[in-house]
Amino acid sequence: MSDNTIPAVRARAGEKKSPRENSLADHPLVQLTLVRFLEFMREPEALFWVFAFPVLLAAGLGIAFRNRPADVLKIAAATPELAQSLRQEKLLDVQQLDSEAAQEALRTGKVALLAAPGSNGAVEYRYDDTNPEGRAARLLADRAIQKAAGRVDPVATTDQLMREAGSRYIDFLIPGLLGMNLMGSAIWSMGFAIVDARRKKLLKRLVASPMPRPYYLLSFLLSRILMLVVEVGVLVGFGAVLFHVPLRGSLLDLGILCLLSSLSFSALGLLLASRARTIEAASGLMNVVMMPMWIASGVFFSSQKFPDMMQPFIKALPLTAVIDALRANMLQGSNLAQMAPQVGVIAFWLVICFALALKLFRWR
Amino acid sequence: MPEIVSKSALRVRQLRKVYKDVVAVDGLDLEVQAGGCFGLLGPNGAGKTTTVEICEGLTPPDSGEVEVLGRHWSSDAAQLRQRLGIQLQDTQLSEKLTVHETVRLFRSFFRQGAQASEVIARVQLEEKQNSRVGDLSGGQKQRLALACALVGDPDFLFLDEPTTGLDPQARRQIWELIEEFKESGRTILLTTHYMDEAERLCDRVAIMDHGKVIALGTPRELIASTCADQMVEFTAGNPSHALDLPALRRIAGVRELRTENGAVLLQVAELHTSVPALLAELTRQNVPLTELRTHSATLEDVFVTLTGRHLRDE
Repeated sequence: MSDNTIPAVRARAGEKKSPRENSLADHPLVQLTLVRFLEFMREPEALFWVFAFPVLLAAGLGIAFRNRPADVLKIAAATPELAQSLRQEKLLDVQQLDSEAAQEALRTGKVALLAAPGSNGAVEYRYDDTNPEGRAARLLADRAIQKAAGRVDPVATTDQLMREAGSRYIDFLIPGLLGMNLMGSAIWSMGFAIVDARRKKLLKRLVASPMPRPYYLLSFLLSRILMLVVEVGVLVGFGAVLFHVPLRGSLLDLGILCLLSSLSFSALGLLLASRARTIEAASGLMNVVMMPMWIASGVFFSSQKFPDMMQPFIKALPLTAVIDALRANMLQGSNLAQMAPQVGVIAFWLVICFALALKLFRWR
Repeated sequence: MPEIVSKSALRVRQLRKVYKDVVAVDGLDLEVQAGGCFGLLGPNGAGKTTTVEICEGLTPPDSGEVEVLGRHWSSDAAQLRQRLGIQLQDTQLSEKLTVHETVRLFRSFFRQGAQASEVIARVQLEEKQNSRVGDLSGGQKQRLALACALVGDPDFLFLDEPTTGLDPQARRQIWELIEEFKESGRTILLTTHYMDEAERLCDRVAIMDHGKVIALGTPRELIASTCADQMVEFTAGNPSHALDLPALRRIAGVRELRTENGAVLLQVAELHTSVPALLAELTRQNVPLTELRTHSATLEDVFVTLTGRHLRDE
C-alpha cells in the first residue's frame, strides 16, 4: 500500500513538520488556562453565581439591616388617657385600639406592647418578654407613663450619638460574603470542571496526548487567580462604594489573603473532585463539606454564638479562618503577622488537601 | 517514515488484563508492521478497546510486553506520546470551545505538526472553525476528534471505532481521511465492528474474541481460509412443508449449512454448480422457494464461521 504513495501527499506531510512557534500564546500552560477561562466565561449561570449573586445578596441584606435613625416601636393603648401619656415619648408609635383589636394586634406582632388600665389606677403592660422589641417598648412606655404622672429623674443625662462605619451589619457581612464566595467559586469551578471532564472521558483524552499533567492542574489555579481579581474587586468595591465598608488594612495584605484562601479552597475542591465520576456524586460531596462552614464559620452571624465546646472545631475550619482574617484586615486593619493563627490554618488546609488530592487523583 | 518502514510499529507479547472477574485480554500476541492500516475486529466485549488502551499507554497490563515504535511505555512515555495520534472511543470534547480553540489546544501539546487551521482544513471543518463543538453533528465531532489525533503529525495513529453511530455519508468522509493518512506511508491501528470498514481500509486484520486473536491475515486470506468464497441464502418452505436439511447438506460443494431467522445459509465453493443442485433438491422436496440471494463471503461470514456468533451480537 505504501509503495504507491502519492508524492504530493508525502511532500505535504513533510512540509507540515514545522517546529513549534515560539509564541507564548502557544505554550500548553497558556492554552490550557485560556481554555479554562473561555469555558467559564461562556457559562452564564456560573457568571451569575460567582459575580452577580454575592453582590445582590450583599445589597439585599445591606438594605434589610441598614441602620435606621433610632427605631420607632409600635405599641397599642387601650384608653385615650394612656395613649395621650404615651405619645409624649418620641420613640413610640402609639395606636389607640379597643381591647379585642389590641389583643389581635399583639398576637400578630403588629404592636410590641399593649398598655391597658389595671385595677386602682395601675397600668398593665402586656408583651412578650423573649422579644427584644417588647422589652424595649416596656422600658420606653413605662418611662413615658411615669413622667406623665410627674416623676422627676434624680440624675441629669445627655446623649452623644456615634454612628461609625465599621460596626454596622453590612461591615460585618461583606468580609463574610467575600469568604463564602472565595470558597464557593473555588470549589465549584474546580470540582465541576474536573468531574465533568472525567465523565466525558476528556481527562483520559488529554492524558493520551503529550500534555504535561501538572499543567492541567496548574491551569486551574492560574485561571482561578485571573477570576479572583474580578471576584474580589467586584464585591469589595461594591461594599466600599455603596455602603462605605472600610478597608482599614493594607490592600496588598488583603490580596495575599484572598489568593492564599482561594488556593486553599481550590486544593479542597481538587481533593473533592479527585475520584468522583458523576456530577451528582461530586455535588453531594461538595455540599456536605461546604454546608457546615456556611452555617458555622460566621458568614452571616458571629461564629461566637456557637457553644464553647464547639469553638476549637469551628476555628479549625478553613472558612472560619478566612473570614476571621478578612474581617481583621478590613475592619480592624490588622496586618498579616497579627493574623498568623488564621493564615496558619489556611496554609495547613492547602498543604494537606493538595497532597491528598495528588495522591488520590484519578485521570480516568 | 522511511526509517521505520521495515520494522514493526507495534509488538505485543502474551498480554493479559483482568478486570475483577472478567478476563478482558487473555494472553494476546500481536505484531503490526509499520505502514498501512491494521484492523482489530471483534464483537463488543472482545477486548479490543482494552488492548488498544494498553498499547496507548493508558491502561497498565497485568502481564505481558508492549513495544510501540520500538519503545516501551515504562521508559519512553514522553517521546512516545509525541509520536502517537490517538482517538478514543466516545470522548466528548468541551462543548463550549470552538473547533479552532480545541485543535489549537491540542496542537500546543506537540513539539511538531501543522498549524491548527491547516489540520482543520484537512478534516474539512474550515466552515465550522468558529462554531462551538456542541453545535457540531456527530460526523463533524468525529472529524474534529480525528483532527486532534492528527495535529501532532503522528507516525502511528490509533483509532478506536471511529465511525460507530455515524450515517453512511459521514462514515465515508472519515474513511477518506484515514485513507489519506495511510497514503503518506504511516501506520494505523483501527478497531471496528463494521465489516465493510475493515475490508475497505485494512491491509491486515486480526479477529478478536474473548480476549484472544482467533484469526489473522489480510481480509482476502481470511475469507479464503473459511474454505468457501460464496454464500447462498434462501428462504423456503412453510410449517406444512418443512425442509429436509440433511439432504441439503449432502449437495455437492456445500461446505457448511446454518439457519438464521428462518433463512438457510449455505457456504459453497462454486455458485454455478451448487445453485442448480440446490434448486433441483428443493423441487424434489416439493418446497416452494420464497427468496434466494447470493453474495461473496465477507469478514462477517468468517467471524460467524469461527465463532458461531455475529460480530454485532453482544
